[in-house]
Amino acid sequence: MRKVDLAIVGAGPAGLAAAIEGAKRGCSTLVLDMNPLPGGQLVKQIHKFFGSQEHRAGTRGIEIAAQLLHQAETEEVEVMLGAEVYAIHDRTLEVAWAFTGDSSASSSGGGATPPSRHLAIAARRIILATGGAENALNFPGWTLPGVMGAGAAQTMSNVWRVLPGERILMVGAGNVGLIVSYQLLQAGAEVVAVIEAAPRIGGYGVHAAKIRRAGVPILTSHTVVRAEGRTQVEKAVIARVDSSWQPVPGSERELDVDTICIAVGLRPNARLASLAGCCLHYSPRLGGWVPIHNSRMETTIPGIYVAGDLSGVEEASTALEEGRLAGICAASSLGKSNPGDDERIAAIEERLISLRSGPFCQPRQDAKQELIEIGEVQCCKE
Amino acid sequence: MRRVVSHPVLGTLTAAREVKIYVDGKEIRAREGEPIAAAVAAAGIRIHRYTAERGEPRGVFCGIGQCTDCVMVVNGVPNVRTCITPVMEGMIVETQHGAGSEDR
Amino acid sequence: MLQGVKTRGYPSLQELESAPGYPSPGRLEKGPVAVIECIEEIPCNPCEQACPQHAITIGEPITNRPHLDEDKCIGCGLCIPRCPGLAIFLVDLTYGQGVATVAFPYEYLPLPEEGQAVQAVNRAGEPVCPGTVIKVQNPKVNDQTPVVTITVPREYAAEVRGIRRIRRER
Repeated sequence: MRKVDLAIVGAGPAGLAAAIEGAKRGCSTLVLDMNPLPGGQLVKQIHKFFGSQEHRAGTRGIEIAAQLLHQAETEEVEVMLGAEVYAIHDRTLEVAWAFTGDSSASSSGGGATPPSRHLAIAARRIILATGGAENALNFPGWTLPGVMGAGAAQTMSNVWRVLPGERILMVGAGNVGLIVSYQLLQAGAEVVAVIEAAPRIGGYGVHAAKIRRAGVPILTSHTVVRAEGRTQVEKAVIARVDSSWQPVPGSERELDVDTICIAVGLRPNARLASLAGCCLHYSPRLGGWVPIHNSRMETTIPGIYVAGDLSGVEEASTALEEGRLAGICAASSLGKSNPGDDERIAAIEERLISLRSGPFCQPRQDAKQELIEIGEVQCCKE
Repeated sequence: MRRVVSHPVLGTLTAAREVKIYVDGKEIRAREGEPIAAAVAAAGIRIHRYTAERGEPRGVFCGIGQCTDCVMVVNGVPNVRTCITPVMEGMIVETQHGAGSEDR
Repeated sequence: MLQGVKTRGYPSLQELESAPGYPSPGRLEKGPVAVIECIEEIPCNPCEQACPQHAITIGEPITNRPHLDEDKCIGCGLCIPRCPGLAIFLVDLTYGQGVATVAFPYEYLPLPEEGQAVQAVNRAGEPVCPGTVIKVQNPKVNDQTPVVTITVPREYAAEVRGIRRIRRER
């Protein structure tokens, strides 16, 4: 069995930041990610990030991913891709590779049969950074090919450079809906409309303003009634909704679209945490069921930590900070610390508070605080 | 669908080594390293499978390996998530019907 | 509050005029000046360090809205590509007789060319008047956020915030 000090699941901003901090403190560190590329969702974030100048605000997500990977490499963090962790028990991670592009993983050495292998990894500490998942939205026709998550469209367009559709309806005017609409325009698609069931736009005004001046209408108090098409999306029917969210009869309108993107929020991807036995807490502000954790990011299972969207859906900037915190704390629990770590932890906590301030983010700060308070009671004390 | 060749932020699509895969018998030229889902989308294919009971078409939904809507039969193995499975030379990809086994 | 930006998707003139980054009519008359259309309290501050004149202040907390010291602003436009929200513009009402310039970030392809006649659009993307491109700047420091400057009739300078996107050839 392979043995490491620190195993991290998820090579997104939280996982990589945690890995870098762990490795910096002398932990043998392994990051596992089921995707063919590291970087998590940063690899499709081609816009310049908000946040503080001191912490790479104004830098595009893709560049932040590249910087993190470079740093991880410098610190000799090992990243295994195509690696799916399907169970965790007694701090052992069961990992499976199905298909990989890496022929060395193949028993037959080619594409004729799927290479497959398994590995058990014993880790002294585990950090789960499995990110979030997009919420679905049910309406007649929602299963037709051409209806997809906004994130899926963004991945197709920005990572794999395939336009997911020519004429797009975006459902949801939160930041994801607004940003992905903008990026689909940049990739050369037409965004026919952005619709939002709420009476107000949920995302930042500056994101809305970008696509408005590009000529994209944003229709608040509107919902998608159905998608039409025989084998794929050929049309969308939208309607106005009243104050009880019901479509107003007679307000239906047909839109000539080939793609409907769903951007109605994300939820923590807590499946693995749940499998590992971590207690969860339901927090609507944080996106749903989240693993309970204390101020050191440790869950109710001793030695298992969480960070990033898994511990509450937020932004990449907060994921980075939480990852750093989890990495430092996990290493510290193994007796591996660097001078000045207490100050570093205090500075991270301060930055997290700052990132969670303002009318947009304060509710998340409150929800995080509530979660941590539960964690302080339920998670083991050192 | 089409490739995003020129892009204001990402620049011009760089050349990649070509990988040939076969989708329902048809040869498709994919870019090395890309997932099957991207290759088939670039070739204009949106239907990845048909459901078991009603035979309804399904395609890419989440694009990051979580929802399993995009599964296809790959080299005879059913239920392969095409959005996170990279193409390999000579791969044989088939539209999946139901569970993808013989007793469909 | 913020009815305009939260319902229509762009700020109303009233919302803009009450924001600390929007220059006064008097300052606009004097010559080129940054127009910061960032009216919500969001955690973001790169504009603060973008300005070599230190004319933009956010301070603490980071969710403060940018404040423009309009006397310090020399209208260089260096802040435009640094704003992650693409919410900073440069307006020069003194460009010529009855002619103003508006500069804005433009992250689309194809880029317009200098001298090109374009359709100037307002914050809602509606065409308001013809314009002419006089500058397209995309140095490395812009990190792929080109800045386009157009001339428009002076009376439209307060509304024009972009151009109708140029159709790509397939």
